[in-house]
Amino acid sequence: MQQSPEQIRQAYRQMRLIREFEERLHIENPKGEIAGFTHLYSGQEAIAVGVCENLRDGDYIISTHRGHGNCLAKGCDPRGMMHEIYGRADGLGKGRGGSMHIADLDKGMLGANGIVGAGQPIAVGAALACKAKGDGSVSVSFTGDGASNQGTVFEAMNMAVVLKLPKVFVLENNGYSEHTGASYGIGSDLKVRTEGFGIPVYEADGFDYFSVYDAAREAIEAARSGKGPVAVLATATRYFGHFEGDPQNYRAKDEVKNFRETVDAMKTIREKVTGAGIFTAEELDEIDAEVLALIDSCVESARSGPVPGADIMMSDVYLDY
Amino acid sequence: MAQLSMRDALNQALHEEMERDSRVIVMGEDVAGGSGGTSGNIEAAGGIFGVTKGLKTKFGGDRVIDTPISESAIVGLANGAALAGLRPVAELMFADFVGVSLDQIFNQMAKFRYMFGGKATTPVVLRMAMGAGMNAAAQHSQTIYPMLSAVPGLKVCVPSTPADAKGMMKQAIRDDDPVIFFEHKALYSRKGEVPEGEFLTPFGEAALVREGKDATVVTLGRMVPFAMKAAEKLEADGITVDLIDMRTTSPIDEETILESLSQTGRLVVVDESNPICSIASEIASLAVTKGFHDLRAPVQKITAPHTPVPFARELERMYVPSPNDIEAAVRAVLEV
Ligand SMILES: Cc1ncc(C[n+]2csc(CCOP(=O)(O)OP(=O)(O)O)c2C)c(N)n1
Ligand SMILES: [Mg+2]
Repeated sequence: MQQSPEQIRQAYRQMRLIREFEERLHIENPKGEIAGFTHLYSGQEAIAVGVCENLRDGDYIISTHRGHGNCLAKGCDPRGMMHEIYGRADGLGKGRGGSMHIADLDKGMLGANGIVGAGQPIAVGAALACKAKGDGSVSVSFTGDGASNQGTVFEAMNMAVVLKLPKVFVLENNGYSEHTGASYGIGSDLKVRTEGFGIPVYEADGFDYFSVYDAAREAIEAARSGKGPVAVLATATRYFGHFEGDPQNYRAKDEVKNFRETVDAMKTIREKVTGAGIFTAEELDEIDAEVLALIDSCVESARSGPVPGADIMMSDVYLDY
Repeated sequence: MAQLSMRDALNQALHEEMERDSRVIVMGEDVAGGSGGTSGNIEAAGGIFGVTKGLKTKFGGDRVIDTPISESAIVGLANGAALAGLRPVAELMFADFVGVSLDQIFNQMAKFRYMFGGKATTPVVLRMAMGAGMNAAAQHSQTIYPMLSAVPGLKVCVPSTPADAKGMMKQAIRDDDPVIFFEHKALYSRKGEVPEGEFLTPFGEAALVREGKDATVVTLGRMVPFAMKAAEKLEADGITVDLIDMRTTSPIDEETILESLSQTGRLVVVDESNPICSIASEIASLAVTKGFHDLRAPVQKITAPHTPVPFARELERMYVPSPNDIEAAVRAVLEV
């Protein structure tokens, strides 16, 4: 653990923020105020935070349909996100995008994406810009096990190698692609396949913040130093359905319960941090309480946020038309 | 007659056609679901909208194939299998995912027969769910039938009722040309009468679903029930319309539309798509080029605005043409 207590506090808070954001949405969703598809990230917090704690302001990330965790980890404003998820005019996307399209260009967050496999080539483009700037910045794409089978991802990997770009492929294996197990869709092995493109793969335990942080640090340092693209492969699970409302017929009854009770990312980081005497349980509880109050306030303001009107629907299709 | 949802009507059509012809196969993401899962359920999904449910249990994994997320390869798989003698029904889940597989659709399946000296047949049915109504936002709500209707070599179905969905699906599967089959998400659960027994709905024949004398309303998909609502309201004021459900946008049944226009002289076209190069534009152009002398008022085009589909409930509602918009358009053509 080479991280300072301050860094660890920050990481823990980010993970708690994602966990509470998502668990709260799971509770709010059935009430009917949230429209559209909501894909929750609970269970995978250590991956987003373990990667993004290695990033700087000038770095880029691009995310997926399950984007809340990646967005929060890169510093997107939780209130702006919550308002967007509630379809409010003052949400990050002015209520036009919703959960699947949260973005904040000011934070280097190039968008969640509704098209599986669309983000990776775009992130390669951002990596090209990083290389052109020559400031050591990197571009990161998050890719699910399911998305890893998309041709666009293969093309993006090869392109990044050919152009020797500062590109980080984060492969998040949560075991499922919608209703299908990862082992069915991936014909060979994610690590072997990625290495086949000439990309070194840094493996991590996706439930363990420190494991992800260390793997990502090594990978990202390599990418920053001009060695070309790298990959971080982390395995975890998602605690909820593919989307809110998914009956999860493909899953064994106690699967999630077992994960929650044994390897849960929040439990793991708490045990490690308190065990090493960095923070006491009470100190971590204080962070939890602060985050909880923040989420309460975000939900409350989102519920009564301004409703977008026709002007918002009709604007921003173009800059000038 | 049985009352069925469009979902169940489509499901019946698939069951019947797979039963009838062993060359018919079904493929796509989660058309069965559950493979590689931990529950042991080999049909955990049956399609994310439930259209393919029961097929794998009945016909087995060789004919009902779950695929990885690889839309380009899914359509390619269907194309090649069709060229080599099978009759694939491939599912793209959301019509928006055509974006990932467009080459296989418009450069490949659409053109084989023409380019290959008339020898190739590509009896693919490409199913996809389309349309707004679920607040699924800009990448999961589009109605892209105008784009694909513009491609020579493709036939394009846009059913609005469970009966047509079934009859057109059966026709599509037996058709030797590639067929793009659009299913409106907001219509899946709507029930309607479906005749018992064997029936096919031929392509290129619009349905005159309501007869009137004052104006012709041409529409398709989810806009059919919306136009029906508008027509009912207008009737209370003594205004009656011919309401035409196009059913296929390629081929287009020009005759039924022009025949009605020659009686009413007034035309309203309603299309959930964006206005430029829309089906509404196509029908307006038909009226101007072949029905000009019958027109007694400017054609009214009711479409979505020239914007992506917005997410928020209030915005999506504003985006989609409403029964009120249709009613107002009919009143407008009558004022001239
Ligand atoms: C091009 C495209 N194909 C299919 C889908 C539907 N879809 C959305 S998420 C998903 C599964 C993605 O699985 P994975 O990449 O493992 O991400 P996870 O959901 O597990 O986070 C599918 C098939 C889509 N949105 N876009
Ligand atoms: Mg997954």
